[in-house]
Formats: sequence, structure tokens, C-alpha cells
Amino acid sequence: MIRLPAFTYLAPSTIDAAARLVAEHGREAMLVAGGTDLYPNMKRRQFEPKVLVGLRGIRELRGIRGSAAGGVTIGAATTLSAVAAHRDIVRDFPALATAAGLVSSPQLRNMGTIGGNVCVDTRCNYYNQSYEWRKAIGFCMKKDGDICLVAPGSSRCWAVSSSDTAPVLWALGAKLRLVSAEGERTIPMAALYQDDGIEYLAKRPDEIVADVQLPAAVEGWRSAYLKLRRRGSFDFPVLGVAVAARMEGDVVRDARIVLGAVASQPRPSEKAAAALVGQRVTPDLIAHVADLAAGPAKPLDNTDFSHPYRKKVTRVFVARAVAAVCGLGDSGATSEEVA
Amino acid sequence: MTKNAFAVIGRPLPKVDAWAKVVGETKYADDLFLPRMAYAKLLRSAHAHARIRSIDTSRARALPGVLAVVTAADLPRVKFGILPVSQDEEALCAEKVRMVGDPVAAVAAVDEETAEQACRLIEVDYEPLVALMSIFDSLAHPETRIHEYGDGPNVHKNVALQFGDVDAAFDAAHLVREDVFFFEGSNHLPMEQHAAVAHWASDGKLTLWSSTQTPHYVHRVLAKVLETPAAHIRVIATPVGGGFGGKTDPFSHEIVACQLSRLTGRPVKITLTREEVFYTHRGRHPVLMWIKTGFTKQGDITGCHLRTWLDGGAYGSYGVASTFYTGVINPVTYKIPVYKFEGARIFTNKPPCGPKRGHGTVQPRFALECQLDKAAEQLGLDPADMRRRIVAEPFTKTANHLTVTTIGLGECIDKAVEASGWRDKRARLRVSAGPAARRSPKKRGLGLACSAYLTGAGTAIYWNDMPHSGVLARADRGGGVTVLCGATDIGQGSDSILAYLTAEVLGIEPKDVHMHPADTSLAPVDLGSYSSRVTLMCGMAAIQAAERLRDAIFAAVARKLEVSPASLVARERKVGVPDDWDKAVSFARAVELGEALHGVLAFPGSYAPPKRAGKYKGGGVGPSPCYSYSACVVELTVDEDTGAVELEHVWIAHDIGRALNPLLVEGQVEGSVYMGIGEALMEEQVFRKTLHKLPSMLDYKSPTTLETPDIHTILVETDDPEGPFGAKEAGQGPLLPVIPAIANAIHHALGIRIDEVPITPDKILKALDLKRAGKPARVGPERLPLLTFKVPLVVESAFGEPADAVVSRPFSS
Amino acid sequence: MKVRVALNVNGESREALVPVHKTLLEVLREDLGLTGTKHGCELGECGTCTVLVDGEPVLSCLALPVEIEGAHITTVEGMAEGGRLHPLQQAFVELGAAQCGYCTPGILLTAMALLAERPSPTREEVREALAGNLCRCTGYTKILDAVELAALRMGRQEART
Ligand SMILES: Cc1cc2nc3c(=O)[nH]c(=O)nc-3n(C[C@H](O)[C@H](O)[C@H](O)COP(=O)(O)OP(=O)(O)OC[C@H]3O[C@@H](n4cnc5c(N)ncnc54)[C@H](O)[C@@H]3O)c2cc1C
Ligand code: SF4
Ligand code: FES
Ligand code: FES
Repeated sequence: MIRLPAFTYLAPSTIDAAARLVAEHGREAMLVAGGTDLYPNMKRRQFEPKVLVGLRGIRELRGIRGSAAGGVTIGAATTLSAVAAHRDIVRDFPALATAAGLVSSPQLRNMGTIGGNVCVDTRCNYYNQSYEWRKAIGFCMKKDGDICLVAPGSSRCWAVSSSDTAPVLWALGAKLRLVSAEGERTIPMAALYQDDGIEYLAKRPDEIVADVQLPAAVEGWRSAYLKLRRRGSFDFPVLGVAVAARMEGDVVRDARIVLGAVASQPRPSEKAAAALVGQRVTPDLIAHVADLAAGPAKPLDNTDFSHPYRKKVTRVFVARAVAAVCGLGDSGATSEEVA
Repeated sequence: MTKNAFAVIGRPLPKVDAWAKVVGETKYADDLFLPRMAYAKLLRSAHAHARIRSIDTSRARALPGVLAVVTAADLPRVKFGILPVSQDEEALCAEKVRMVGDPVAAVAAVDEETAEQACRLIEVDYEPLVALMSIFDSLAHPETRIHEYGDGPNVHKNVALQFGDVDAAFDAAHLVREDVFFFEGSNHLPMEQHAAVAHWASDGKLTLWSSTQTPHYVHRVLAKVLETPAAHIRVIATPVGGGFGGKTDPFSHEIVACQLSRLTGRPVKITLTREEVFYTHRGRHPVLMWIKTGFTKQGDITGCHLRTWLDGGAYGSYGVASTFYTGVINPVTYKIPVYKFEGARIFTNKPPCGPKRGHGTVQPRFALECQLDKAAEQLGLDPADMRRRIVAEPFTKTANHLTVTTIGLGECIDKAVEASGWRDKRARLRVSAGPAARRSPKKRGLGLACSAYLTGAGTAIYWNDMPHSGVLARADRGGGVTVLCGATDIGQGSDSILAYLTAEVLGIEPKDVHMHPADTSLAPVDLGSYSSRVTLMCGMAAIQAAERLRDAIFAAVARKLEVSPASLVARERKVGVPDDWDKAVSFARAVELGEALHGVLAFPGSYAPPKRAGKYKGGGVGPSPCYSYSACVVELTVDEDTGAVELEHVWIAHDIGRALNPLLVEGQVEGSVYMGIGEALMEEQVFRKTLHKLPSMLDYKSPTTLETPDIHTILVETDDPEGPFGAKEAGQGPLLPVIPAIANAIHHALGIRIDEVPITPDKILKALDLKRAGKPARVGPERLPLLTFKVPLVVESAFGEPADAVVSRPFSS
Repeated sequence: MKVRVALNVNGESREALVPVHKTLLEVLREDLGLTGTKHGCELGECGTCTVLVDGEPVLSCLALPVEIEGAHITTVEGMAEGGRLHPLQQAFVELGAAQCGYCTPGILLTAMALLAERPSPTREEVREALAGNLCRCTGYTKILDAVELAALRMGRQEART
């Protein structure tokens, strides 16, 4: 059996108490919610925190509040199953329900939380390996080493942002409320991330994601999420395409396209989205938009599937997701793609 | 006997161990906890190829909680291996490591965490050597040798056999095809990670409980490497949580647990992690294949020449047998009048390959069946009709002198074709490439393939004249019967089959039979749960034992009832004369009468397969009492934009000889199909630099419920004279046709050929790109290794000769 | 750090003094003697270790006892009641849905949670629910059949009472 390293477990019952504990223990402490990302990593010795501050027991972090009109707020410790099944979310933010419902496996969705999901560690198949394996190949800079094994000349880590819900929340214009011992602030999804495989979160480590705030549902917004992975279950995305658009009749008034698992953070395709705005959607336009979105994607050989393949499919998925959202959806577009 | 005459056979009864399994009572090896038990861990090499300069264990020994630390220096310097010709493994490497994951030291401690921590404190000084990570590498660097033995530098085995004049056969052909294929390696991925508990008790006797498919071979190896009399060793195979061939070798961790128990005086448990299971491996060999076949206009095969190159990994394991198996079973399926086979197994610095479900035959089956599909297309023949026409003749010999008995393949093809709607759909799917179908990226295809597999290897792993299977049946006065047999239940249901057969013969219920399997001290030897041999071989032995018991009982009952023994029958837990059933005595009473007459009622049954080895060197691999046959049709869709394959249906018809329990047979067929699907589409044991690229359940892709379609199983019964009540194997053969059927269906859907498994979406897109560019729409291997095969041993083809004597069994009287 | 955890397992209150970093899987098997819960990866990648926590399938290899004190834990040993098999267990026995049996406990429990929520699921729903439980032996066919059979029988029983 692979076992966890030793640690002390603290179980505060309020956010404030949790924030205080994190501040008190500083670098020695880590937050844990469902543990579905952190515990496997700890078993492989990617993290060896001395102290864990558990968020599961904090009531105020759990549950989905608010309404479509005023905006829905999801407590960070709400499980992905609860998010995927919530009626308002399914109705008003179908892409989020889809993405949450596609994370790993049913059991993991019963444990994993949305807060943990947006903070999920970046992935790389040189890194998501046991201690012994990493030692044998020569540690990389993300943990215990100082070079990048995928891009040996590189001074940075290219581990891949692998959250399913992050690109969707970004495309939906969601905000996050962060709480620390020093106070709280609300930031847009975009501000949570930075494009670095190691320091992928732009928030301070002592800041707790308290909740995810969805904007008030506005007439005409539609959204879709497509996920590329080998199997219909278990597997992390090796490409995620989130598209949200506001339609007036058959004209696009507003659009956001955000790609997941193509960089160390979710990557918005602003140019591609802009090309849609004010247009009537035609197959030619979709092809053009897909090219614009897929163009900058530069996958590396550090996830499942070959990187040239992931690049090829990026184009296909963007086209399908846009078609689905803009009402041109035919045969190929479903809420999920399993290749 | 007609089918209806059976009381137990042929009924869909629950397995005898089903209840324990659904309530969580079954004790697998890792479920054993003994008083004072210590936990062990292995330190494994981080180098693929290196000399060991020194090992310093002092820091590990000093760690509190550590009970013992061992290296090669603490074990007798005796090498082992499953085959007598490949004794090349060490429980702990002494001088050299040959792969990442090779064990070099081991620790026993009060708990697993401490043992693991101690392993990290052991310092090994290595002198790295060139790592040879592919067949090409190994052949290109003869100066670096992984082993000193074999058929040449880094060549473990080199074989060449020729039966008849292949060149003349190709001259006589209307069409001659040469194709090249590659089959990637894969792991068995049993859900249960290997585990063992050893207890070297104070009386000097050793007991090992292990999740092994071959307790008898483990017993022999322990005696050898521990230099301890076999008489003082007892090996018990615990119920195995999935084997598929992966628990068929004796392993380092088993030996080390024993040694650590000897040193600590405590029971010692060792459980491998999932990553270690990938290093232990013995999985499917990656095989490159070149196959040349001549066809007449009508689709008859004039001759076939096959070359295979196996990437064996770092040790011999079953490799010599695997090499033969890539060549010798193909001729059993179709009429192949002349045949030439050349094969070589190359050592590389990777975990050793070995027997995985369909041992060695899966790869060439993929090659042959895809090639047949290509030939059918060129000849303008329907692939099903063409195969139907060339099915081998029952009760004849093949070119390579194998005796085949019953063959239900024709019927299998017919049934699979009918059930799948093959004729209608093959035509319709083609026609429907009209406007609507063109708009959708999802293209539908239907593919077919067939196969054959052996029901138990005709020769043992070590040369001997003893039974391959033994059973002891003892009746108790309460009317129960205890059956002792060396066979291991690995989920295939061998305990159940033996209980059914015993119950059938004695006219009692399976519940009245007590199974005590897989214990070298209690049960007579059975060679093990591999090569689909258990139902047939243990089954025949069980029938013999039960019949002897029945005869003894009948003699006593006959005396009591004053009738002739021949007039008696045993059924419904009674023994009596059918016409005078009122006087029948209960089985329990019959046992008492028997015991009063004869003394204790305990009878052995023995089985050894007919001696039919071809009279040439190498003729020992391939013969089997009988062969099973399967035909498979797959319906799927392929997304031509993403290359994603979705399986819709699998129809599989399997010639089982006789279904002793249709439920169990279906289960074996469905499981085989599943494993075939995984290998066809996603499973691959691949390497990055010198390391296993994906040693985890997440990254090594095994199909979930969502990738597994409904599997429609059709059983065909041929009542083979060699099998117990006519039964043949089901556990492996049905895997074989699935993979080429999928490849052929993808070709039907898109007009592309992926001559390489796994057939991944990127390969499909690559082939489609080639097609669009007007190039041959094929993705597959481009080059072959430069290796000189042996001068072939030329033997006359025995094709079409009448079968060797059927139903001639040693120990049958 | 050792802690005393009080767990409610299969309706019984059980206590154990264990290191806090010991997973529920390890505590069930090594401290409470409930070896019916199996493991195939210990990393959340196979579903073999599934148990129910307050009726929901979770992976015991990634759960800490301290996190679920007070919750109702059900393992395979707790499925049969008063010596009577749960209809799922009965159906698995009858249809041969357990081959090696190693994935069986996790699958039974996942299916039990499904049927509690959705008494007559479609085959697709059963597939979806069991998508987090790998089985290498059966090709899932007999498992799906058995869940359907159990659902049918439980439905009938319901109708009768
Ligand atoms: C086999 C397997 C497959 C998976 N597949 C997928 C997949 O397909 N898609 C996917 O997106 N994920 C996948 N995951 C990862 C993980 O299960 C999910 O991302 C899950 O949502 C993580 O949530 P958690 O609550 O379990 O996070 P935890 O493991 O508890 O935490 C993850 C990280 O987030 C931090 N954190 C947690 N909560 C907060 C908070 N409120 N504020 C600040 N920091 C916080 C933790 O400190 C930790 O660094 C998979 C995991 C496994 C083991
Ligand atoms: S991208 Fe490079 S540095 Fe980052 S985890 Fe992978 S190998 Fe390590
Ligand atoms: S043991 Fe594999 S998921 Fe827990
Ligand atoms: S029955 Fe063996 S893994 Fe499922």
C-alpha cells in the first residue's frame, strides 16, 4: 500500500478559524477540502505538509445559495456531485454542471469540492509519479529538482492546468471570494491564475477560497463545455473547451472562449471570441474562430495523447462547442467528447 | 450421454465461492493478518542497466522498528526462472541490475511505513551500463550484453521451422501479400496487487500464502533458491484477485518474504504497490511481425510464412514458450498446407514479458486476421465467406503436426454473422455513405475475425512423466465429498467446475462438495492455472477420482441391494436401481456401506494429456488435447474529426466443446472480449527514457463501463472427445479475434488500415491525412530489425493427415 | 500524531487509536479487521476501495477517519442483514457477476447507493454510476445484468409491501 506521510490534522469549524490557523502555521500548513487531489500527491511525496487544515467541517463553506436572478453562490467545500446536480446550475449554467459532472469518477465527485477543483495542482506525467519514479528519472524543478524534463532548456515549469471547472467558470464570468486572516477580497477567475506550472495560483497561499460567485443569469447566455480524455471516467482533461455566448436571434452579441489543459492556467481566446461578436454564425465563421482559438495552443508532450493530436483536436472541439452554443450544433457536438 | 441426461452439467449454477465473495469473506493474500506479523518492502533499482558496486544497509538497519535487512549476500546464490532453460532471475540482484524495478534489497519492519522508510536509507553504489530499451537497440549493441546466455548477443531465443515448401506455395498463388504489423505490450492489470505472507515456523518448516496461479512451481523454486527441502515447504495459493497470467511465475517478493521470515522468526507480509506490479509484469510481449501469405482466387491459402520479433524485457520468464507460441498456433484455425515460422526473442532493459491471456498467440492472430481482411478485399470476397471456406478440417493434422479434434469454427462464423446482421449491415453501411452520412463525422463500420486457442499445453514446464493434474476425492460419512486439487481459482471458477464434475458423477449437489484447492501439502499436484488447462486437465482427473469413488460405493450398495453394480445409478443424493428407486439408499448411507466394505473412501484421479508432440525439435510447444474456436463481429463508429472510436456491439461465438456451466463460460468470454478491447484501443506498456511511462491505474488505460459495449455471447457446442463431458477452454481464446475485428471494422468505416495496436485516435487521424493526400492510408511499423534467423529446421508438412490417436490418455486405467 | 477515532461502521460503534494520517481503508482493514474492503491503487484511480459514507460512495483510500467521525460508514460486510443477502449480493451470486471477486465489494456498494437513489435505473444509468469502478474480469456485462435484476426484484418487493 502507498501510505500518507505523517502530519497533524486541524479541523476548524469556521472560515475565520481556518484562516487564523493557516496564518499561524505559515508554509508548514496546507488546506485540504476533499483531499482527492492533495492526498494522492502527498502519497507520492509531492507535498509533505506538517499541518493540514481541513475545510470539510466548515458549514459556511458548504452549499449553493442565491438565485438565478441575483446570482448563485457556491460554497467552496461544496462537492462536485452537488454542483453537477443542482437544478439552477443545470438550467442556467449547463456548461458548469457538465464540467463538474465530468470530473474524474462518481466517487471522486462525491468527495472532491469545487474549491479544490479550481485550485487543483497542475499536472505533468514527469511529475505525477511516485517518489521512486521521479528519483529514478532525475527530479524536475516542480518538486525536488531544478530542471524541466519536458522542455530541458526551459527556465520554467510547463505543468498543465487540469481543472475541468476552471475554464468554464472563467468563461461564465465567475468571481471568487478569498478569505485570509488579513481580511477578504473578491477577484475574477482570471486573477486566480498565472501561467507557471509551479506557482500556478496568483493568490497568496494563506488565502482560502470561500466561495464561487456566478453572475446573475442574463437572458440569452448559453454555454457549453467539451472535454478530451481517453476514457469517459477517471481521466483528467487533456483539453477542455468552454464557450459561453449571448445570442440575440442568430447574432452573437457577446462571447467568451476559454481553453483548459493547454497551458499552466486556463487560457482565454480573446481574438477568437471577438471574431464571433456581432456576427451571424456560419460554418465558415466557425472554422475561422476555431483556427484563431487553436492557433496559439502549444501543448507539450507531458499529458496523455500526443501533443500534435491534442492540437488538432483543439480546433475540432472549439468548432463543435461554438456550433453547439450558437445553435448550429449537429451530429458531432455533445457535451462530452471521449477520444 | 445426451445433454438432458446431466443433473449438474450445463446448468447456470452459482459458483461455489460466490457467496463468500459477495459478502467480503474471501481471504485474499493481503487480507491475512497473523500474530506478530512483520511487513516487508523491496528496494528496487532506479537504473535500467548497471553494475552494483556496493550496497550499504547500515542506516536502514539502525532505523527503529527495522527487524531485518537483506541483500543478495544474505541469500544462497541460486538463480531461478520458470523454465528450466532460462534460470536467469535472482531474488535480489547480486552483481547487476537489468531494469528499473529490479529488486536489490529488502527490509522487514514492524510496519509497512517503517519498511519503506528504511528502504530509502539503503545506499546502493551503481556503475551505470548502456541501457537497451528496444529490439533495435539491443541488436545494435552486441557489445553490451544483458545476459551471457541465449542464442546470440541479447538474443534470448532464435527459432526457425519450416513445414513444406513455402516458395512453391507462393508461386502457385494468385495473390501473395506481405504485411508488417506491430503489437504493443500490455500489462495484465489484475485488480489485486500481488501479495504474499511467509511464515517460517520454529519447527523449521515454511508456509507461504501467495496470490499465485502456480503454487506447484513456486514450491519447487522456493526449495531450490532457499536451499531447503521441498518436503519442509508448504505453498498455499490464496484466492487470486485476477491473474490473467501475471501471477504465473515464481517471484522475487515471494522468496524474499520467506527469507525475511526465516531471519526474523515472524510471519512476514509483502504486498506490491501498483507501480511494482508494472515492474513485476510478465505481460504481453511487444511483437513486430512480418507475414507473407499466398491465396488462390477463391481465397484458399496456399502457404504462409511468418516472422516475429519479440521484445522480451530483462528476463527469460516463459519467453521461450512465448516465442514458439507466436508461430505454432496459427495453423490450427485455417487450412494452411505449408507453413514457415521464424521467431526471435530479444532481451531489453525493461520489465520481463511473459504469458498474458492468449500467451503469444494474440499478436500473430492480429496480423493474420488483418491480412486475411486485406486479401478478401483484393480478391473481392466477403471476409466471412472467405474464412468460412478455409476453416481447418476436424480430426486432422496441421502442417506443423498438431492434431486438431473437433472444430466448431464454421458454426461460430455462421452464428456471429447471423446475430450481428453482418450481410445486411456490411452492404448497407457502405451504401449509406450518402449525403447524410457524409455530413456526420461519425462513420460506422463492421469487422470480423476468428481465432483458435489451446486447451492446456500438452507438455509440462519441466520434463517429467507424471500427471499434469491430480485430484483426491474423499467421501465422508455425512455424505459430503472433499476434493483436493492443486489448481488455483483465479476467478475463472476452477473450484466450481471441479465441484460440479464431482457432483455430476456422484449424483450429489455441488454444495455437498468441499473444495480444498491449491495447497501443496494437502492436494496432489496440478501444474497451475495457466494455458487454459484447468477445466480440462483437473476436470478429467476429478472425473476419474469421482468415478473410482462411485465404483467403490456401487460395489457396496450392490451387495446390500443384491443387484449388480452395473445396474446402479447415483442421482438426487441417492444410489439405487432406476427401476426400483424406492429401494435406493441415501448417498450418505451408501458412503457408510462403502466404508464398511473397503475402509476409508479416498480415491485419486490423474490426468496427463495425450503424447502428441511433433517429432521434431520444438514440437513440444503447441500440442494440446483440443482447441477452442471463436468468431467475432464488432460494430463501431469512428469520429473522423477526432479519431475517437466508440464500440457499439460485440458479437462473439465461441466453440466451447460443452458448456459445463454456461454462466461461467459467458463470463470468461465476456472478460476476454473486454481485455481484447483494452489492448485494441488503449492499453500499452510503454517507456520513457529508461522508465515505465505510465505505472499507475490512471495513466495505464483500462476500459471502464463506459468504453465497454454490450457483449453478445453465443456458445457453440461440439462435444470434444478429449474434454471433460466434451468441454474445451473459454478463458483465453475469445480474446484473440476481438482485436483484429476492431481493426477490420475501422477499415470498413473509414477505409484506413492501422496495422499496429493500440489503435489510438492519433493514428486514425494520421491515416486519414495520408488518405486525403492520396497516399496509402496505412499507419504501422515501417522497419524491421536486422537479425539473421536460424537456418530453418525443415520438416515435411503433416497437413491433412488424420489426427493422432484421440482419447489415449496416460493414467486412464 | 495518534488520535482516537470513533466510527460508526455498519451500524456498530467502533473505536480505534490510530495515526491521524492512516486512511479509512487502512483503518478498516488493519485496525477494525474489516478486510472486505479491497484496494487496487490507493490513489483514487480504480474504485476498488469504495465504501459508503452516509449512503454515498466514496474512496476509502483517500478518506481520513477524522474527517468522517459521526458519519454512517457501510462496508460490504454490512450489506447483508440478519444473515440474509442483500438483493444485489443475491443477484451477483446468481448471475456470476463476481469472478475473482476483488472488485466486487466496491461495485456492490456503489450499486447499492445507486438503487437507493434511483430504484429502477436504465442500463446507461447503471453504466454511469459504475464508471468509477474498474473490473478486469467480467467485461461488466454480468455486473450490469445483476444490478438490473436486483433493481427489478427490489422494485417488486417494494410493490408487495
Ligand atoms: C483519479 C483522479 C482523477 C481525477 N480527475 C479529474 C478530472 O477529470 N478533472 C479535474 O478537474 N480534477 C480531477 N481530479 C482532481 C480532483 O479530484 C478534483 O480536482 C477535485 O475537485 C479536487 O477537489 P478536492 O476538494 O478534493 O481538493 P483537495 O485535494 O482537497 O485540494 C486540492 C488543492 O486545492 C487546495 N484547496 C482546496 N480547497 C481550497 C480552498 N477552499 N481554498 C484554497 N485552497 C484550497 C488544497 O490546498 C490543494 O492544494 C482527479 C483526481 C484523481 C485522484
Ligand atoms: S513541466 Fe517540466 S518542470 Fe514542470 S512538472 Fe513537467 S517536467 Fe517538471
Ligand atoms: S484503492 Fe484504487 S481508488 Fe482506492
Ligand atoms: S471480478 Fe475480478 S476484477 Fe472484477
